[in-house]
Amino acid sequence: MTLLEAKNISIGFPSRHGMFVAVKDVSFNVQPGEILGVVGESGAGKSTVGNAIIALLEPPGEVIGGEVWFKGKRIDNLPEEEKRSMRGRHIGMIFQDPQTSLDPLKTIKQQLVETIDVHLRLGRKGSEQRAIELLEKVGIPDPELRINHYPHQFSGGMRQRVVIALALCGEPELIIADEPTTALDVSVQKQILDLMRKLCIETNVGMILVTHDMGVIAEVTDRVAVMYNSKLMEIGPTSQILSNPQHEYTKSLISAIPRPDKRIDRFPLVSYIEQVIEPEQAFNIKDHWLGQAREYTMPVADDGTILQVKDLCMRFQISNSLFKSKRRYLDAVKGVNFSIKEGETFGIVGESGSGKSTIARMVTGLYTPHSGSVNFLGKEISAINHTPEVLAYRRQMQMVFQDPFSSLNSRMRVMSIVAEPIMFHKLAQSSEEAEQIVLDLLKLVGMSDDAYAKYPHQFSGGQRQRISIARALATRPRFLICDEPTSALDVSVQAQILNLLKDLQQELNLSMLFISHDLPVIRQMCDRVAVMQFGEILEQAETEQLFQNPQHQYTQHLLSLMPKLNMLPGRGLS
Amino acid sequence: MADSYRNKSNSKLKQFFAGDLWYDFYHSPVALLSFSISLICLLLALTAQLIAPFDIFDLAAIDLMDADLPPPWAGEEGDSRFFLGTDDQGRDIWSGILYGAQISIFVGFTSVIISAIIGIALGLLAGYKGGRIDSFIMRVADIQLSFPAILIALLIDGVMRGLLPREMHDELAVYVLIFAISISGWVQYARTIRGSVMVEKNKEYVQAGQVIGLPSHIIALRHILPNVLNPIFVIGTIHLASAIITEATLSYLGVGMSPTTPSLGTLIRIGNEYLLSGEWWITLFPGAALVILVLSVNIFGDWLRDALNPKLR
Repeated sequence: MTLLEAKNISIGFPSRHGMFVAVKDVSFNVQPGEILGVVGESGAGKSTVGNAIIALLEPPGEVIGGEVWFKGKRIDNLPEEEKRSMRGRHIGMIFQDPQTSLDPLKTIKQQLVETIDVHLRLGRKGSEQRAIELLEKVGIPDPELRINHYPHQFSGGMRQRVVIALALCGEPELIIADEPTTALDVSVQKQILDLMRKLCIETNVGMILVTHDMGVIAEVTDRVAVMYNSKLMEIGPTSQILSNPQHEYTKSLISAIPRPDKRIDRFPLVSYIEQVIEPEQAFNIKDHWLGQAREYTMPVADDGTILQVKDLCMRFQISNSLFKSKRRYLDAVKGVNFSIKEGETFGIVGESGSGKSTIARMVTGLYTPHSGSVNFLGKEISAINHTPEVLAYRRQMQMVFQDPFSSLNSRMRVMSIVAEPIMFHKLAQSSEEAEQIVLDLLKLVGMSDDAYAKYPHQFSGGQRQRISIARALATRPRFLICDEPTSALDVSVQAQILNLLKDLQQELNLSMLFISHDLPVIRQMCDRVAVMQFGEILEQAETEQLFQNPQHQYTQHLLSLMPKLNMLPGRGLS
Repeated sequence: MADSYRNKSNSKLKQFFAGDLWYDFYHSPVALLSFSISLICLLLALTAQLIAPFDIFDLAAIDLMDADLPPPWAGEEGDSRFFLGTDDQGRDIWSGILYGAQISIFVGFTSVIISAIIGIALGLLAGYKGGRIDSFIMRVADIQLSFPAILIALLIDGVMRGLLPREMHDELAVYVLIFAISISGWVQYARTIRGSVMVEKNKEYVQAGQVIGLPSHIIALRHILPNVLNPIFVIGTIHLASAIITEATLSYLGVGMSPTTPSLGTLIRIGNEYLLSGEWWITLFPGAALVILVLSVNIFGDWLRDALNPKLR
């Protein structure tokens, strides 16, 4: 029997500008024991669908059309009280962030026992017994002991297991999981996905897994529904959708996924997603301001090395004290060595907390290294303290930041944001010339003609990242540092930004330091790559060599965790 | 093409009227009412010289024979010229309120602006520089906060009076008041700004400025400052009400405005002496005017705080 059936549901959010329709006419069903993936990019309406089924839409959202049937019974028009008793008992929910979905003031036992007792009426002893069984089921070692602990005593992955146990308390027939692994590191993500798969098979529970990550979809789902712009594009068995997508949007989405298994030149077919002006060559870069008058007073060394980092260390003070012996430090970066040649892209990859961003900030001079040296264009950066000279070096090295929403000053127009470095470094003769340069730069990064007069909040994340890149290029740098430039972006936008960075690098002969936690992205972007863990570089090699023949144990481990995506089509690749 | 973005100065105004704040304001009776009452009070006070029936500073126009007249609608001996009655020196109460409110509002606005400037500057400095400068400024703020604002104002007022020659007291009273109230009020601005600056300075747009090579004063003033100013409007509005109250309190205690140039507080004090002898109108009307003014400003400030903070809705 079909567990859940959604028939033509539409969801709207009334506002003073009229009804905003977040979901239009979406139909799907879930069978017992099946995992249905709902995939889409931000704003596609995928989370709203999940929330609507469990009647937890954020006010003022409401279901404005269609029906939801659960085990042969219509549930979308039930009174509030009955909807509430459905939740937990028949339909469970797993949220994205395990940090916030558990009550920090109660032990795991209190939370589990309370929920079990409400739903199953087993009494105190019975509920406790059941809680321990559940913890065992979700793979928490020593459940009798751990059950008395508070949420903060669990690691992120363990906490998400507790959240899953909590969702299982009422023995629901359907679980809705909203981005359950997005807040977790890759190594933990794999374990949680395996656990969810196992639970569905063992207990015959149906699951709706909402995610933006095609890797997660490929790993664990039976069928997948692709949503775009509030509508359902395509639904079908996962392997079929991945290997032979029918809809144009799905095709373009799948081609935008960075392939873990082979390096390609450019991401094909990504123009479906965002209205971008393809950066046509309106002007010849060689003759343009951007291409000329680059300071060759600072020549690259004979062997082509543009940046050399030696024994770089960084320590942060984590607790202060009057006495030296009582101060405590965290060594974020411990003796790192690498060098980057002109025109090369050097990647640093590692999990969160490995110290990769700290290195970027030391190289740009945002942090002062504790010890070690950064040698840029043959000069020791920390040794320069003569202001004009510092500025001259700063100008050669720019940075693209991770979060496009906070990296642009929201009170300034795009024109002022991009023109600021030009004016400050006096790179243009007049403000008219600077404005012309800004317009050309915006065109170069694929922004439309009227972008200069707008404020950052009028743009999407991908467009803002383009503006951010334009600003970085405005000092005519030779060296660009990209710190997770696409990790806040949707996969198709990521593909566009990565294409743009590749194009710019070729045209302007930029050298790049590219930092990411995402191995497939690193493979597509970098010539050489360093793997970091706990502030140390474990392995450094040519990218292809590293991916095909990893030497260090940790690298092998990381590579084994990459979603395989081996169902991807082979078409459209060079 | 690039010139056109400069000629968009009025688009900010358009944006404001299209924005949520204006919509909320326009659809909130509380906000509309409190704002219009505040505005009416302000206009009446500012135009006192034009609309007041008598000039209370003009000694020649005051007749002691008119002293202590009740409002004409409340007592037999009332005079129709003085519809709220007169005080002990024969001055028209209504005119006194208009002139008094003008002084109160002037003192209030000026001290709010001075407090805000001092507070914003110190808060920006403390938040952006951190370290010892931060500790020093914030400890001074803590010490000041451990005294009630009125006590600080009294202290400064007293010291200033001691320093200045006696014959200059009345002349300079208003500036002494402004100084005392401004100095006692900067702390909340500094604390708010410091907190916001510490959040903002870790954002990536600040780091982007540092990577470009901008010096710290440009980053602090051009990039951080515009992003932390929003709460200042709320604090400023609520502080305006409390500054007017502080002024009234000081004047009531006799260390503020002198009886010859009375503010609302002075009027209330003068009337207070006659309250028990049955001449209630001398103190009641200035008191009511003060309550209406402060209450409307306060309610508007409260609404503004809620409207600018979506979490409270």
